[in-house]
Amino acid sequence: MNVAVAIQDIHRDALPSASEAGPAPKRIVVAYGFWIFLLSDIVMFSALFAAYAVLVRATAGGPTGAQLFNQASAAIETACLLASSFTCGLMSLAVGSRRRAATYFLAVVTFVLGAAFLALEIREFADMIARGATPQRSAFLSAFFALVGCHGLHVAAGLVWLAVMMAQVAIKGFRASVERRLFCFALFWHALDIIWVALFTVVYLMGVLP
Amino acid sequence: MTAIRYDRAPGEQSTLTEEQGETTSGRALVYTIGLALAVILTATSFWVANTSLLWGPGVPLGLAVLAIAQMGVHLVFFLHITTGPDNTNNVLALAFGVLIVFLVVAGSLWIMANLNDNMMPPAELMNLHMQH
Repeated sequence: MNVAVAIQDIHRDALPSASEAGPAPKRIVVAYGFWIFLLSDIVMFSALFAAYAVLVRATAGGPTGAQLFNQASAAIETACLLASSFTCGLMSLAVGSRRRAATYFLAVVTFVLGAAFLALEIREFADMIARGATPQRSAFLSAFFALVGCHGLHVAAGLVWLAVMMAQVAIKGFRASVERRLFCFALFWHALDIIWVALFTVVYLMGVLP
Repeated sequence: MTAIRYDRAPGEQSTLTEEQGETTSGRALVYTIGLALAVILTATSFWVANTSLLWGPGVPLGLAVLAIAQMGVHLVFFLHITTGPDNTNNVLALAFGVLIVFLVVAGSLWIMANLNDNMMPPAELMNLHMQH
């Protein structure tokens, strides 16, 4: 009897490693694949960051970052995106425990905060362009609009994705495929927030240092 | 109770069931701690960039450290990346991504700084040409 128990304990300690256990469930494979995509997306952003860092002094006599950037606006955008990332995390929990009303509510909050971020960014771009700081003005501004604009495009795509996912929850309910997509969306949204951390530090904070 | 231990999906919180002490409120607490830490780090970043109390040349380095710390907070508390054995694949993929990011950014800066130095003829060189 004791021997049997001991053998069972050994088995529990030495569970087959993941590679011996056969294919992982689709949920894990999908999330891992999306994780690889996010990392490649981050590598793409690193090229834009490198371009910006190289060209930040190439203002061609045009306006510099210190003259253009508004830190108060950047701070509000940061707060919006951070809060939106937080509510997105809570939404994943609501999805996990199948609470439909909470899912809708948190998705709406996430969407509104993301849309507020995007609106502030578009207003900032429009303001800069109105002052003659267009992407054609200097290499610095080209790099700035490419970097920040690419992040903004990602946020816009995320908002569309979130709206589509809520329609899918409404029509299809919490079936496995919908849950996987919601899971990938949460990964995407958190990754965008990580990129924004690098972005506001490099562009808006370091850009205005004397 | 399955007999097979799979890797954890990236972004997935621990797979323990509720009886094992992982409740929804406990999971929400993880996000709340992450939010609080991120807010503190962000506020510190903005303060560091605008204060005149700190030694100027050290400020960019301080901002970089704060940003990397905040990315770590996001990875741990929002994306639930851990050092556990069920997370090895996720961490390895992340490490490779970070390596490439580092190579692209540091390599570009290094090469372009070198190019700038070499393309801009220093004053003495210009004078050498003038001597002919």
